[in-house]
Amino acid sequence: MTPHMLTRSLDRGATIFLAIVVACGILIPLSNLLLPAGSFLQVPTYLVALWGKYVCYAILALSIDLIWGYCGILSLGHGAFFALGGYAMGMYLMRQIGTRGVYGNPILPDFMVFLNYSKLPWYWYGFDMFWFAALMVLVVPGLLAFCFGWLAFRSRVTGVYLSIITQAMTYALLLAFFRNDFGFGGNNGLTDFKDILGFNVQAEGTRAALFALSCLALIASFLICRSVVSSKLGKVLIAIRDAESRSRFLGYRVESYKLFVFTLSACMAGVAGALYVPQVGIINPSEFAPGNSIEAVIWVAVGGRGTLVGAALGAVVVNYAKTFFTSGMLAPYWLFMLGAMFILVTLLLPKGIVGTFNAWWDQSKEKRAAAATTASAAAEDGITEPKMAE
Amino acid sequence: MNVMDTRATSAMLYLDGVHVSFDGFHAINNLSLTLAPGEMRAIIGPNGAGKTTMMDIITGKTKPDEGTVLFDGVTDLTRLDETRIAELGIGRKFQKPTVFESQTVQDNLLLALNVDHSVKGTLFWRGSRPESERIDKVLETIRLTEARNRLAGSLSHGQKQWLEIGMLLAQDPKLLLVDEPVAGMTDVETHLTAELLKEINKTHTVMVVEHDMTFVRELGVKVTCLHEGTVLAEGTIDQVSSNERVIEVYLGR
Repeated sequence: MTPHMLTRSLDRGATIFLAIVVACGILIPLSNLLLPAGSFLQVPTYLVALWGKYVCYAILALSIDLIWGYCGILSLGHGAFFALGGYAMGMYLMRQIGTRGVYGNPILPDFMVFLNYSKLPWYWYGFDMFWFAALMVLVVPGLLAFCFGWLAFRSRVTGVYLSIITQAMTYALLLAFFRNDFGFGGNNGLTDFKDILGFNVQAEGTRAALFALSCLALIASFLICRSVVSSKLGKVLIAIRDAESRSRFLGYRVESYKLFVFTLSACMAGVAGALYVPQVGIINPSEFAPGNSIEAVIWVAVGGRGTLVGAALGAVVVNYAKTFFTSGMLAPYWLFMLGAMFILVTLLLPKGIVGTFNAWWDQSKEKRAAAATTASAAAEDGITEPKMAE
Repeated sequence: MNVMDTRATSAMLYLDGVHVSFDGFHAINNLSLTLAPGEMRAIIGPNGAGKTTMMDIITGKTKPDEGTVLFDGVTDLTRLDETRIAELGIGRKFQKPTVFESQTVQDNLLLALNVDHSVKGTLFWRGSRPESERIDKVLETIRLTEARNRLAGSLSHGQKQWLEIGMLLAQDPKLLLVDEPVAGMTDVETHLTAELLKEINKTHTVMVVEHDMTFVRELGVKVTCLHEGTVLAEGTIDQVSSNERVIEVYLGR
């Protein structure tokens, strides 16, 4: 009986989650654009951008939950895929600046002129076209994840060892992108964006549209994750998470499953990064910092690993807390608070917010069901023997 | 000898001159053993005799240093990995019951069914009537029909052992390797398990590793006693249990 309840309550949770995201995706942009500025119900533009950032983080959290929560792959380098998606979008936005840059070079972005590049590096070709950049947002993180995963999963690198090499991966990329001769703007990264598909990135309308698009991407990612985990493949993933060698002895090619889900997850993280960059207006190597990836894992842990909804919720809750605390007197202590939050959640809510709620909900429902059976049994034949809900 | 195109032996499982050592410790020492199709064999022996290592070799978890391991007379198992060997039709029950605890009994069996195990196949999987009928049948055989929707982790130890045997049945392999199926079971459960294995043996080749001599006696099949990675004695339970060396190293006086 229990698993049915679980799926049903999860379905309810999923419905509520989707309804909230749809409502935000429609109402926040509308209120921002249509209501007069300063009105009580009007959402100011800076908040639209801020919440847009949260939504992108929620997509990143979903991608981590898909591999960690359901397949037991703890990636501590998922920020790398996010940043690569962001750079792909950033390159498109740089090419759109054209002659409006400080040096007015129609082809070369400012930093290249500054660094005495004579021509555009080959890997910047094509990024003036949106469709190509959009494709690269998926292909670059996906390809890296595929190659990395192919090597790691075939050699059966698991557990902490895998986590450590994912950290090394993102750190290596951090160092590479810091270099000026790597061709991605060095430590300044890519910034001073002007427009996206002909719309000014700073304009209120563009920001509202980007927010709505981010919500749409969140919904799409959620639906993809959900259909993956509720298919038979999802059961295989959980089987691999719980007893990897058992799954092998049943004839499942574990490395193919891990590779599939890891690559899918990296593509999702890439999309999140691509939507993030036009909203924050900059992408630089600090996005590859190992700390970022670890923080993203904390969001998932706080919200509830293996629940999907929890991952998205965790991303929003922790980032809201971050915005709140880092803008006041407590700012210097934020990292301590983040650490404390992780410890407290691990000790007190090991299933995270949503996981704990689900467990509580199922339990109370079971109790009610048991009470109902007892009552009806007692009414029918006068026997008050307690009946098990199982 | 080209083993890929000529049938080297009529045996279901053929081990010859197998050696394995871990850091100089000879876990398996010139082990030779043959299992005929349709046979059930009980393997006994003291701790460290190499029983589990032998199963590891057959299922591809451990690669032997030397020796021949042939399955179904044609396939060299030493070159294949666990997944491939499972696909060929060798199923294994572990010493410690390993079921997927966070999934239901029913889903455990569903995962074990020998249907398309590819990523694409499982992603687009739709249940079918023959599949659910097979699951129903296995549930009945292992007496877990009532518990089908319970989480496997909530089962008793004995039930988990049965579920794992049920998973082997769903997998429907040609050869079943069963490691200590009655460890931790009550006498009644042990008796029922013996009945179950005898039933399974009607259609499958089975190799059982067990310490429980009452259980082995109840199975009433040929017994092989391993000691220090090699075969010490082989024959009926009475022959083996009256063997001087077996009494000395394993059964005790």
